[in-house]
Amino acid sequence: MSAHFVTDTRALLGRSLRHIARSPDTIVSTAIVPIIMLLLFVYVLGGAIRAGTGPYVNYLLPGILLVTIASGVGYTSYRIFLDNQSGIVERFRSMPIARSSLLWAHVLTTVVATLASLAVVVGVALLMGFRSGAGVLAWLTTVAVLTLFTLALTWLAVIPGLTATSMDGAVGFAYPLVFLPFISSAFVPTATMPGPVRAFAEHQPVTVIVDGVRNLLAEQPVGTDIWVALSWCAGLLVVAYGGAMLTYRHSQLR
Amino acid sequence: MSTGTAPAITIRGLEKSFADNHVLRGVDLEVAKGSIVALLGPNGAGKTTLVRILATLLEADAGTATVNGFDVATLARDVRASISLTGQFAAVDEVLTGRENLALMATLRHLPDTTAIADRLLALFDLTEAGNRRVATWSGGMRRRLDIAMSLIGEPPVIFLDEPTTGLDPQSRLEVWAAVREAAASGTTIVLTTQYLDEAEQLADRIAIVHEGRILAEGTLATIKALKPAPRIEYVERHPSLEEIFLALTAKDPS
Ligand SMILES: Nc1ncnc2c1ncn2[C@@H]1O[C@H](COP(=O)(O)OP(=O)(O)OP(=O)(O)O)[C@@H](O)[C@H]1O
Ligand SMILES: [Mg+2]
Repeated sequence: MSAHFVTDTRALLGRSLRHIARSPDTIVSTAIVPIIMLLLFVYVLGGAIRAGTGPYVNYLLPGILLVTIASGVGYTSYRIFLDNQSGIVERFRSMPIARSSLLWAHVLTTVVATLASLAVVVGVALLMGFRSGAGVLAWLTTVAVLTLFTLALTWLAVIPGLTATSMDGAVGFAYPLVFLPFISSAFVPTATMPGPVRAFAEHQPVTVIVDGVRNLLAEQPVGTDIWVALSWCAGLLVVAYGGAMLTYRHSQLR
Repeated sequence: MSTGTAPAITIRGLEKSFADNHVLRGVDLEVAKGSIVALLGPNGAGKTTLVRILATLLEADAGTATVNGFDVATLARDVRASISLTGQFAAVDEVLTGRENLALMATLRHLPDTTAIADRLLALFDLTEAGNRRVATWSGGMRRRLDIAMSLIGEPPVIFLDEPTTGLDPQSRLEVWAAVREAAASGTTIVLTTQYLDEAEQLADRIAIVHEGRILAEGTLATIKALKPAPRIEYVERHPSLEEIFLALTAKDPS
């Protein structure tokens, strides 16, 4: 790791945070789909769904937060693709800048923006009657799990940003991620699902993460769930980071 | 590593192909320290490809090149610390202001007092007024000047300018030329590509004519001119050139 990694990353992070600050609509548009889902599920479908013991919005929110993350990470691919197109990446690459600084700056920007979108969604949920008596530690753990999950998906989103040949290709990758929570315990308990679907739902990371966050916010014992959730996030992060760096190195000298 | 007499750039037998397009077919060139060299050649001659290899953005297929004493293939990091590149197309951040672009470059070159650096360069390129506006609202010529200003930051020993004045009006062209001369006067080696004979004539100490992936001829203006067929003497009325008329009309009020 280069001696200037921290200063270079900080400088480039400042740059892309300015981009976000100058078009804050991306934070809102990231939150729109999850908010619509929240409204739909609580006020249209929710009455017919039997899940959890409290208000349905309490059951629903953790899954919606993961949907928010999935719809936010696509902006990473978007911004990296734009940078590549504009030629500014060539300028950075011809300078003595720490190699991974540019990617880290983009990734951290997405994490900051996604956390802001998450705050917006939680705000709307509060207006819709979401309540939690969870303590500081439980909230901190929740934020940690969600941040780690965001970090992992963001590094994954770096790859299409680097390799795509069109903007549609770059951002198209994130859409399917939004649907992953549907095949999980996010909206309805997995017990009602047919065998193979249930098997998938119970063994994919979204379910563990959703269950973990849900128990944290409902002041229920989280048991080992939270460790499984954290391991999933950490594992995904390592794989995504490795893949992204490999892609980056490979694309250096085309 | 580099002594007073060692060349700033040495290129030996450089070759590069894209698929079956044999773009560089054995380029040999030496660039003396502190000199301005113009690579002159038509579209598709391979000028940009050569510059990108020297700037460590592209790998050559064969041959070697050293910049500031460092091999571009094996010591890319040292090469990058020795150069700056203004590519053929402006590489500026349109969301940021001009001042922020310059300050970012200064920060990335780990220089103190980035504000003073930005102010000085904005003034040098006549961009002070627009300095706090987003670059997205700037004209193409203004962006190009900013682009070149960004490359001067940190005073790297070698600067590459790929068609620096294409698309600039005559006044801006003169500003860029002046900045290039100023940089060269302080010892910077400058390699620029151009399609304009007069630009090479005005700026360069030496001219290399690139054609079909080779250096056809290299030397001072006089030696290159001597390669031309002997001039014939003709008597024609000399009208002011369009460029001279334009410059006279757009000249800033000296008072
Ligand atoms: N990345 C690339 N992939 C494929 N072909 C390329 C690539 N870069 C350049 N070429 C080809 O290499 C040849 C030389 O291109 P280059 O850009 O070096 O020319 P140039 O002298 O800079 O021309 P111009 O004056 O138009 O800028 C062209 O035929 C071009 O199509
Ligand atoms: Mg070119």
